[in-house]
Amino acid sequence: MPAPLRLKGIPASAGYAEGPLHSLEQVCAGYSPSGLPDLEKATLEAAVGAAIESLAALIETSEGDAAEILEFQIAMLEDDALTGPAFAAIAQGSAADEAWQQALNVEISGYENSDQDYFRARAADIRDIRDRVLRALSLESGFTAPVGAILYGDDIAPTRFLETDWSKGGGIALRRGSTASHVAMLARARGVPMVVGLCSGDAAITGLALLDAEHGGIVLAPSAVEIEEFRKFSSSFAARQDKARAYLAGPALTKLGTPVRVQINIADPSDVDAVDVANCDGVGLMRTEFLFGHASGLPDEETQYRAYAHVLEWAGEKPVTIRTVDAGGDKPVPGFTVEESNPFLGLRGIRLSLAHPEIFRVQIRALLRAGVHGNLKVMFPMIAVPEEYERACVLFAEERAKLEAVGLPHKLPPLGIMVEVPSVAIAPEAFADVAFFSIGSNDLTQYVMAAARDNGAVAALNAVRNPAVLRLISQVAAYGAANGILVSLCGDAGGDPATIPALLEAGLRDLSVVPAQLAMAKAAIAEVSV
Amino acid sequence: MSATAEATVLITHEVGLHARPSVKFTKLAKSFSAQVEIALAASGPWFDAKSIVKVMAAKAPKGTLLHLRATGDEAKEAVGALVDLVQRDFDEGADHARSA
Repeated sequence: MPAPLRLKGIPASAGYAEGPLHSLEQVCAGYSPSGLPDLEKATLEAAVGAAIESLAALIETSEGDAAEILEFQIAMLEDDALTGPAFAAIAQGSAADEAWQQALNVEISGYENSDQDYFRARAADIRDIRDRVLRALSLESGFTAPVGAILYGDDIAPTRFLETDWSKGGGIALRRGSTASHVAMLARARGVPMVVGLCSGDAAITGLALLDAEHGGIVLAPSAVEIEEFRKFSSSFAARQDKARAYLAGPALTKLGTPVRVQINIADPSDVDAVDVANCDGVGLMRTEFLFGHASGLPDEETQYRAYAHVLEWAGEKPVTIRTVDAGGDKPVPGFTVEESNPFLGLRGIRLSLAHPEIFRVQIRALLRAGVHGNLKVMFPMIAVPEEYERACVLFAEERAKLEAVGLPHKLPPLGIMVEVPSVAIAPEAFADVAFFSIGSNDLTQYVMAAARDNGAVAALNAVRNPAVLRLISQVAAYGAANGILVSLCGDAGGDPATIPALLEAGLRDLSVVPAQLAMAKAAIAEVSV
Repeated sequence: MSATAEATVLITHEVGLHARPSVKFTKLAKSFSAQVEIALAASGPWFDAKSIVKVMAAKAPKGTLLHLRATGDEAKEAVGALVDLVQRDFDEGADHARSA
């Protein structure tokens, strides 16, 4: 019996699943080529036909976005320009599976190398098309996952998600993936537990597993005690979720009727598309690292401007707080961040942006221009001393003057700071000039406790409810209240029902949570007597 | 029989001539017998407007001035109908809900 293994990941769709792991990479184990070009051609034609048929059948049971993706895939499969190169290779003597795989891989890399996010994202669709036909080609039917399995792999295609029977449970655990992906959206809508960004190393991933997509983790080869504990969490989650649904649409009020603002955290502009703006008080944190995280290099002003404007227009009059790029630390960006022996204490966040003003100015211009599209607020990450805030403000003023001079529409947003370096939380009075404070509880906790948030060995120390962290939070809340500076909190703690009472008792009345946690957060707020 | 037609149209759709719009675009193009091509510049390269693989490969984002040309029967009608589709934003309003 192997020892239990715990892997940490990022929750993409909250929930719990217990079941056997099933690898998503088992695609085409059993194709045996005939060696006859005519037969290979006929086999591939039949496989493409079967793939189109299975897609058409899926459309019957799908609607909206999902159906449109399937229609797109059918249109691609029906296009000779897609299948032609594979048939040409077969005529030259290639086996059907090999010819298909090579032809589609060429197409896929064309999309992967695009400099536009949207087209790059289509690579997943083409991979899906490729694998669907390979599965049809395969004589092996062993790729079908047992009902209730936890699907495990690098990433999962939207159609694979749609084809899977989730009625008997099951979940998704991905090494890569993103909380902003299409599948993550579908998973949240259907309530399928999903975790992304699992750090698995070379661990052998098989057998029974416990997927905790509320906190973000998976236990492999669990002990009986772990299974029992997991089931307790799981049933309590189900009960809380049922109760919480009633709270989603209403304003958040405590037991005593004190209003609390609940905004959302987003990591990608498309995150807001699945959220009804009426259910939240705005965007408390829009990350911008997604723009910088692509291999194609740093994003241009126009790309950034469009991304910001999209979210601002969605929010209407409600505030949208955009954080300037927070690269570095555990978020390296090729061509921008530097390799350091201790990246969490190095050149990250505002330090990095100020070290590269030519890159920072592009983001500033995009933000100034986007400001006219809604109620924009901008904040700087990792501020440690007032001079950093002042320097960033000067850059905003300079870029604003340039836009003014060329007559481009723009608007200077209120400029605030993240409270995550202890120096700010301990002496907030040094920052009396900022427009607002937003407490980044994840980083504040790791810096106060000296416990890295990505290190499982010190996970117990990384506790936001430690009295030292809570005292700093309440101190900042009190300083803000006394001086008319709005204080919000946008770390993971804000969406954790177990931590919400302590945050409200510390004086906070403004939390920002991931969209999937909105209902649970509002339900937890309703239980607190402040 | 060798009628030809040409036009340009500005793509205003949020993410450009992408998956959803390109399905509609190629379907409409295929409903005409004329040979229809698109390009991102007057000098080409030109892509077959009836092939979704080629249309997607053109990677035309929002703000692109799309060039169209057609030869053969109904060339004018084909170009006119396709320009109209792009101008109607592929019948996807700004209120197009993604995953309601």
